[in-house]
Amino acid sequence: MNEIYAWVAIALIILASTTGDVLLSYSMKRVGDVGELWKQSGVLAVLGRVLATPTFALGLMAMGVAFYSLLFGLSWGNLSLVVPASASLTFVANAVAARIFLHERVGRRRWIAALLVAAGVVLMAV
Amino acid sequence: MTFRKYLVLAGITVFSTAGDSLLARGMKELGNVNVSLHSLSALLLAILNPWVALGILFLLTFFACYISALSWADLTYVLPATSLGYVLIALIAHFGFHEVISTTRWLGITLIAAGVGFVAAGPSITSSHEHHNSRGAARDAISQEVEL
Repeated sequence: MNEIYAWVAIALIILASTTGDVLLSYSMKRVGDVGELWKQSGVLAVLGRVLATPTFALGLMAMGVAFYSLLFGLSWGNLSLVVPASASLTFVANAVAARIFLHERVGRRRWIAALLVAAGVVLMAV
Repeated sequence: MTFRKYLVLAGITVFSTAGDSLLARGMKELGNVNVSLHSLSALLLAILNPWVALGILFLLTFFACYISALSWADLTYVLPATSLGYVLIALIAHFGFHEVISTTRWLGITLIAAGVGFVAAGPSITSSHEHHNSRGAARDAISQEVEL
């Protein structure tokens, strides 16, 4: 039973952190290059513009959900299962989500990279 | 990609890794904290531990680097940089603390490094429809080439 709970937590982590990453990326693309904005209008302008983007707050909340899902997952399952499983599957989920929602061109190069990194993360945690 | 942008990407790797390590060290000093409402105060007091406080500071710096990178690069370009931390920790453990690293872990390191290299060699941004500047056309040409 604990194992089922652990996998439910893993699924939640993947869903929440992918949602968070996509929302943060979307927000920051709308804000624009913060380096150039900083040079032109100063750090307060950067902070103001980031905080005024509604999807940014949503992204932060999703990240919070992912963090607490991780804590609960760790209380049900082993560290060596929960962390690598969620981290590597999040990589693949992010590649899919970035293509669908952010219209990033995830070409062959990035697919191979996502799979290599995901596999590498699993091996590092074994 | 300018030198400053590569520095921000390096910042993501270094600060997330260092922040996690500092937090782990601090939390070990504090002992077991159960995740429940009763120990919420214990969790809040955890920031008084200097390792935890420094760890949080590093993680905030990581987050600043992360969202800064997302403002000029694709999510699928930035994310692999975060996993380079696993490699960094293993290398520090091996060369700094002379810990033995298993063959499986060396294989994992190689795969992650190869994945990061693959992404880094390609274009940093392909979602150009949100930007309406002169670089857009050039980017489109590059990313079209990559998808082929």
